[in-house]
Amino acid sequence: MTEHLGTVVGTRDATESSTLSTSPAQWRYSFWAIPIAAQKMLRAASLSLVGVLLFMLLWQATANSIDTSLGKFPGPVQVISQVQNMVDEYQREQTRRVDFYARQDTRNHELLRNDPNAEIRIRDYTGRPTFPKQILTSLMTVAFGFALAMLVAIPLGIVCGLSESIYSAVNPLIQLFKPVSPLAWLPLVTMVVSALYVSDDPLFEKSFVTSAITVALCCLWPTVINTTVGVASVDKDLINVSRVICLPTHVHIRKIVLPSAIPLIFTGMRLSLATGWMVLIAAEMLAQNPGLGKFIWDEFQNGSSDSLSRIMVAIIVIGLIGLILDKLMLTAQRYISWDKQTLLR
Amino acid sequence: MSKLPSNLLDADLNSPPDQGPLGNVAHELLSNSWAFFWPKFYAYKELHMLAEQRKHSLAEALSSASKSLCILSTCAFSLLAGQAYGQVGPAEKDELTFGFIKLTDMAPLAIAYEKGYFEDEGLYVTLQAQANWKVLLDGVIDGQLDGAHMLAGQPLAATIGYGTQAHIVTPLSMDLNGNGITVSNSIWEAMRPNIPMHDGKPVHPIKADALKPVVDAYRARGEAFNMGMVFPVSTHNYELRYWLAAGDVHPGFYAPERGDSSGMLEAQVQLSVTPPPQMPATLEAGTILGYSVGEPWNQQAIFKGIGVPVITDYEIWKNNPEKVFGMTEAFTQENPNTSIRIVKAMLRAGKWLDDNNNGNREEAARILSRGAYVGADYEVIANSMTGTFEYEKGDAREVPDFNVFFRYNATYPYYSDAIWYLTQMRRWGQISETKSDEWYIEQAKRVYKPAIYEAAAKGLIAQGYMNAADFPDFDTESGFRPTTDEFIDGVPYDGNQPNAYLKSMKIGLQ
Repeated sequence: MTEHLGTVVGTRDATESSTLSTSPAQWRYSFWAIPIAAQKMLRAASLSLVGVLLFMLLWQATANSIDTSLGKFPGPVQVISQVQNMVDEYQREQTRRVDFYARQDTRNHELLRNDPNAEIRIRDYTGRPTFPKQILTSLMTVAFGFALAMLVAIPLGIVCGLSESIYSAVNPLIQLFKPVSPLAWLPLVTMVVSALYVSDDPLFEKSFVTSAITVALCCLWPTVINTTVGVASVDKDLINVSRVICLPTHVHIRKIVLPSAIPLIFTGMRLSLATGWMVLIAAEMLAQNPGLGKFIWDEFQNGSSDSLSRIMVAIIVIGLIGLILDKLMLTAQRYISWDKQTLLR
Repeated sequence: MSKLPSNLLDADLNSPPDQGPLGNVAHELLSNSWAFFWPKFYAYKELHMLAEQRKHSLAEALSSASKSLCILSTCAFSLLAGQAYGQVGPAEKDELTFGFIKLTDMAPLAIAYEKGYFEDEGLYVTLQAQANWKVLLDGVIDGQLDGAHMLAGQPLAATIGYGTQAHIVTPLSMDLNGNGITVSNSIWEAMRPNIPMHDGKPVHPIKADALKPVVDAYRARGEAFNMGMVFPVSTHNYELRYWLAAGDVHPGFYAPERGDSSGMLEAQVQLSVTPPPQMPATLEAGTILGYSVGEPWNQQAIFKGIGVPVITDYEIWKNNPEKVFGMTEAFTQENPNTSIRIVKAMLRAGKWLDDNNNGNREEAARILSRGAYVGADYEVIANSMTGTFEYEKGDAREVPDFNVFFRYNATYPYYSDAIWYLTQMRRWGQISETKSDEWYIEQAKRVYKPAIYEAAAKGLIAQGYMNAADFPDFDTESGFRPTTDEFIDGVPYDGNQPNAYLKSMKIGLQ
């Protein structure tokens, strides 16, 4: 359990040197006995850095040898230069935005000059959304879809876990719909949303609702299954306790079942979020929701020599965001879950 | 933000209340940061404040006895404002969303936006690229898009009920020509021996007679000869079929009354739908052996070395109508002024594109190569836009009228153009029964709206942006172009006699 990390010079016997709690006097002799946690972290960090660097080298080497009709396959160098291009593009777009409002302003002042009672309107900028805005749209869509899915999945999972008969009834449906791809749901969802979501001034765009519902449909299943298992596997002793003290059902659920099932519910939620983020990109491509999926699709449609590099940039951003979302869920899980013994990766 | 001159109405607007030195600095900083981070909100705040102060001082100035004078003066002001817009009333709906597909002939929309022609008309337009023609049409039908860059066949097919039924109208033709047919490298090699040569170069136009032996060879081997086009009612589909039929190759019939909408009945060449940006990829993959599509996808094939364009639609039918600007009938009824203003802005854009003998085309190609519009590389777009078309690698020929946006009355919605497309729909079976001549003319009049075009043109002439000479003579224009035989097979077409025209075709239903 403890490792003694450095040479200790001085009079210390074996038993003492095997414990972690070395006294300050002995520390000055073991200057590379830096705290163990820090050294572990350093080791992990340097190994991952080496891994990433090796991958980049391999990537650049492979990329140079693949020639597609749209130019060479993008390597890390091209990707980085594209990032610079995209930053420039963002700044140009911001300038155009400011110009647009300035022009509108001039026009409105002109109108007021002619007629002080004129009804003046400020209209939103009409240009296309920038890359950061598209990232934001994707995040909002996945949040919406995920929330929708959790509202359905967690209660369903709890009910299925508590009652064996309901589970037997619902299980075939879960198994049937679980493997269905989002691309298969999309045409149906689009038609239903077009027919039902009609309003003169909608709060959300139709494409947003379509993408969110598709994400919800595909990411419910891990949570349902994990919640069911979590609820069904509550410790028998705890159930007996609740029987003995005659707890009413809702208190039983709130005090015994839910806290007991939290670790598995959270595992399910993490899986759901990861699935949801993947599904979102596909759904956006087809539903034309102005997020990262649409960015990739538009770049593919453009077919310019920069397209592949820009798609690669988008892929890396998608991966990074997926990573961040996962880490967020992990942190939430660490705070809420009581089962600290479980190794959380 | 600019401040208005203080000689108007003597209201003291520009001095904020004194909040002490620190407060004043804070106020300055805050209002400047608003302006930087949230210009829309800041503009609204400032203008609202100004308007309020204006109203307040105006109310004090006018007494109740002169209320009628007040009404009169506001009427006069709004008339003046009306004059400023060139005798067309203010737009009913000014925030609009238009859809387009990434093809170079969406240029009038891009130019009208970039050059501020839409804003001059008081319209705030968002241009949205669509995934494919079906999504675009559905978007217009269900109201997500107020209007769109459409294939000439789409409003017609939708109105007669082929595909989703919806009454779509068009007051403006966006351009003439602009398409090409490309075949894969292997097919080109097989075709080349059949093409007459002159000075070592193929003689253009290349007829489908050169393709027929290749198709026959494939059929003899039992292999399917697949070609791609962009949409069942697209101009590309009809042009490809016309070209094939003129070379005695049967492109297949549609049989919607029997539920067969594949268009491959009795076909020697199987035609299927592929969205334009995916065509080079499918050609490379070998899924299709050729395609008919607009630019830049033909030049893209030659640039990337995956195919060879064999003919442009300029050579199939000289100056054929290509894209139109489509809106729902309901939209034009509810927003007549908006429709006229849209046409006005796009007419100015079309004129700019053809000005100075295509002098502005390079700038147009630069604008189109931006990711928001067509996005392809500048060199690929510039070729066809500036009037050069590269057939084989290294064989670039002058085709100055490859894209025509304004000359030859390109923008006028001629009924005879609509009728030609309707005859082709009948020829290939999309219209299942023979129809009378009156039916064709009636459908054309339901869909094509030259009245809106006329109002827009007159508005532009009144404002001085254009001359009457730029447009057809509205008093004598019947909506039918004169009989023309400038087709690849020389068969004459008269818009007044659609059934006679159908009977003069060798391959096709009557």
